[in-house]
Amino acid sequence: MSGIVLLLIVLGLGALAFILARGKALSSVGGDQRALHSRPHYYGFSASILTIAPAVALMVVWGFGQSTLVQSSVAELIPASAIAEGQTVGLLMGDVQRIANGLDTAVAEGALSSDAAATLSTGADDIRGILGSVGVALGADVDPAILKAAQSYRAMQSSGATLRMIAVIGVALLGLTYGFMQTSATYRARNSVERSMRWTLIAAASVAVFTTLGIVFSVIFNTIEFFQLYPAKDFFLSLTWSPSFGGGSELGVFPLLWGTLYISLIALMVAVPTGLFSAIYLSEYASPKVRAFAKPLLEVLAGIPTIVYGLFALLTVGPLLVNVFGDGGILGVNWMQGGTAVMTAGLVMGIMLIPFVSSLSDDIINAVPQALRDGSLGLGATPSETIRQVVIPAALPGIVGAILLAASRAIGETMIVVLGAGAAARLSMNPFDAMTTVTAKIVSQLTGDADFASPEALVAFALAMTLFVITLGLNVIALGIVRKYREQYE
Amino acid sequence: MTDASNAAPLREKKSLLVVDARTKKRNAAEARFKMYGIIAITLGLLFLAVLLTTIISRGTGAFTQTFISVPVELREDKLDKKGNRNLEDIKKVSTFGYNPLLGDALSAVIAEGGFTTEITKSKELRKLLSSSAVGQMRAYVIENTDQIGQTVTFDFFASSRVDGYIKGRVTREDLARDKNLSAEHLDLVDQMIEAGVVRKKFNPSFIFGADASESRPEQAGLGVSMLGSLFMMLVVLFLALPIGVAASIYLEEFAPKNRLTDLIEVNISNLAAVPSIVFGILGLAFFIQFCGGYLGIAAMKASAPLVGGLVLTLMTLPTIIISTRAALKAVPPSIRDAALGVGASKMQTVFHHVLPLAAPGILTGTIIGLAQALGETAPLLLIGMVGYIASNYPDSVLSGFTDPNSAMPAQIFEWAKRADPAFYERAWGGIIILLVFLMTMNIIAILLRRRFERRW
Repeated sequence: MSGIVLLLIVLGLGALAFILARGKALSSVGGDQRALHSRPHYYGFSASILTIAPAVALMVVWGFGQSTLVQSSVAELIPASAIAEGQTVGLLMGDVQRIANGLDTAVAEGALSSDAAATLSTGADDIRGILGSVGVALGADVDPAILKAAQSYRAMQSSGATLRMIAVIGVALLGLTYGFMQTSATYRARNSVERSMRWTLIAAASVAVFTTLGIVFSVIFNTIEFFQLYPAKDFFLSLTWSPSFGGGSELGVFPLLWGTLYISLIALMVAVPTGLFSAIYLSEYASPKVRAFAKPLLEVLAGIPTIVYGLFALLTVGPLLVNVFGDGGILGVNWMQGGTAVMTAGLVMGIMLIPFVSSLSDDIINAVPQALRDGSLGLGATPSETIRQVVIPAALPGIVGAILLAASRAIGETMIVVLGAGAAARLSMNPFDAMTTVTAKIVSQLTGDADFASPEALVAFALAMTLFVITLGLNVIALGIVRKYREQYE
Repeated sequence: MTDASNAAPLREKKSLLVVDARTKKRNAAEARFKMYGIIAITLGLLFLAVLLTTIISRGTGAFTQTFISVPVELREDKLDKKGNRNLEDIKKVSTFGYNPLLGDALSAVIAEGGFTTEITKSKELRKLLSSSAVGQMRAYVIENTDQIGQTVTFDFFASSRVDGYIKGRVTREDLARDKNLSAEHLDLVDQMIEAGVVRKKFNPSFIFGADASESRPEQAGLGVSMLGSLFMMLVVLFLALPIGVAASIYLEEFAPKNRLTDLIEVNISNLAAVPSIVFGILGLAFFIQFCGGYLGIAAMKASAPLVGGLVLTLMTLPTIIISTRAALKAVPPSIRDAALGVGASKMQTVFHHVLPLAAPGILTGTIIGLAQALGETAPLLLIGMVGYIASNYPDSVLSGFTDPNSAMPAQIFEWAKRADPAFYERAWGGIIILLVFLMTMNIIAILLRRRFERRW
């Protein structure tokens, strides 16, 4: 909360800087704007940027530094005796933070005076009761060492916050003064403002790079932690997936990969022919009227959220397939035990991918130069012969790229498989069996009640890493092919 | 040459208008090929039609609900024994204390309507109603203490089984295995329908209400999670739009051709294809574990719309950047040249001339990106928006961003997971609402494009 107040103060100072600097610039030339290097508001903005930017940067850096410092010095305060069997300093730090936050809440709601919060002791006061009364539930009674640590955590945080406030406001005032001082009729304010703007634009463009880095780091750190608890060899080579939250799980990725690939294969078998033929018909045969009608409608399929497809798989397609292929079904074959199966998820995912394949292929087929078609037709080929023997071979690399992109979509799809594919990890050839996928297991391992530091939860990060690597590889290859193909005809 | 002249007479003489066997074959192949295309398109459109009819036919039921109107005598001796209308005393009577009143009221309804039934026990009778009925009464009494002693007619939710019976979901055979309701109850319901005591009508609390626990499907609503989605979309709008536009301006107008630019471009096109679940992992590990846990930023906690919004912002950025760049590219260079020619700086050219002209295109792209983000579910699973029962409205606008909440697609998923089939109907109904939102956004985008699109 104090952060927001501080930010508002800094912004207020920035506004003040704007008014002061603009006024000074104008008054320095006696109100005759033509004598200024830049238009007056540029002087204002220049001073404003000098006030705000360093102060905010300091605020952010201070935030990182302070938490690192406080965490490490409080961790030292916890004696080794307070760390029980099976616990780590990290877990205790969580308790410390919870109690400290609870005390803050208690002070804020008036259940404790701020002096009392700093001097509470486990012997004299019922900490659990006090915190419980303000809605902070603690699992067990508070260890005196933890309470001490929590109190010194609060003390350090609050003195840190005070120091930060002084430092940040100081920097802002310094910036204000400097900005005000350098304002003069000849100062090149516009150039300085535009330089800052350019850096802002560059920063915004780099967000994409930082996102990728963020993904890579958040996956890698946790994956390394997982491989310290569970051998990497077993993860990649074991053929069994049977997590048990009591320990002794077997976490082989292979059955999950098999399920993922099987479902994706079925999805592509539905989506590629349908999507490709739709694209061919729309771009080569359809009258403009048909095209204007069918293309947007097909694209509606792409705009429907995946949760809708998931529900469709679970509640409509699954039961329908059981009626046909299940016990006592129309065909009289007992292939399907339940509604959730590879086939269910694959079919629905295929429907989802139709517009994806068709609109990508449509673009690619349209990019084939008309001269190739005209040449072929002029030699007497029928339109279908032209398409099969000239247009498609010319567009083939692009189409392959599109299919790879669709495959990457299918592999990374989550909601349809979570709802439609089942939860059992098995290696089977029967497409009517329930199987599970990498994405579905990421969800189930991270949304269960597992302790976050256990291999059963951390395995999700290793799975995410596998998924990220596979889809990234497919995307890079596919985008490379598509780009090269486009250049060929440009 | 001589060979050719020798071969010529061998050729069969025949009119071009007579189709020979090979041409027939080729024409047939042509027709077949065209047919495949038509079949493929029909198949695609058929899937769409099936999907939409399924959604509508199974979801519309969620918007109506069965209500039972019961006149209840709010007896003073039960609700306010001291009789001095002291609010504290009235609050002391728990929902448990309202049960007998409700039982008596139901018996009275049966006696008055002349219904015949074997059921006499108050507890059995109350099974006709939602278990929220007593809570509804209590809330009413606390709100209107002056009504104690009067007879007030309440419109209670019927229990989900009764509702299912009226909507055709529950049959008498199903009830043989069901502890919650018996066939006698249904006989009674039949009589009550005839008498007009039980009615099915539009249920606004499905759209505006809060989620309810697993045992009360009839009470569950989408309102709170809609707010959760709204707050997430606000975060996405206020972050993704400026960052996306700034990034596109840099890449389209300023960036030199160098390694860094290439890196950024490759990153953007790859991010657009990264599975959404991976963004969920990023949200969990970076925003919740690192920012919320390690740095101790209190607002970054699991299930908070702020975190959801940040994750969706990162997901939406590539979409917005790609469409913004297209819009910037469409502004002809003559505009830039003219501005530069009269002495504007590069920055002024872009912000005063190019950007306003590209604004409609940017807006269209942003709305489409927002629509995408609104329907996204997978990353929300990992940051804890599923499994959280969104039963309270946020207290203030600020806490709307930071208090745990659900979101529309997460709420739909949550309902789809629950065991009671009554929730499935609500999940389909939720999808109708979600699709209405998405459709509206897309239509706005199309209209904007039509209205402001300029051909140079």
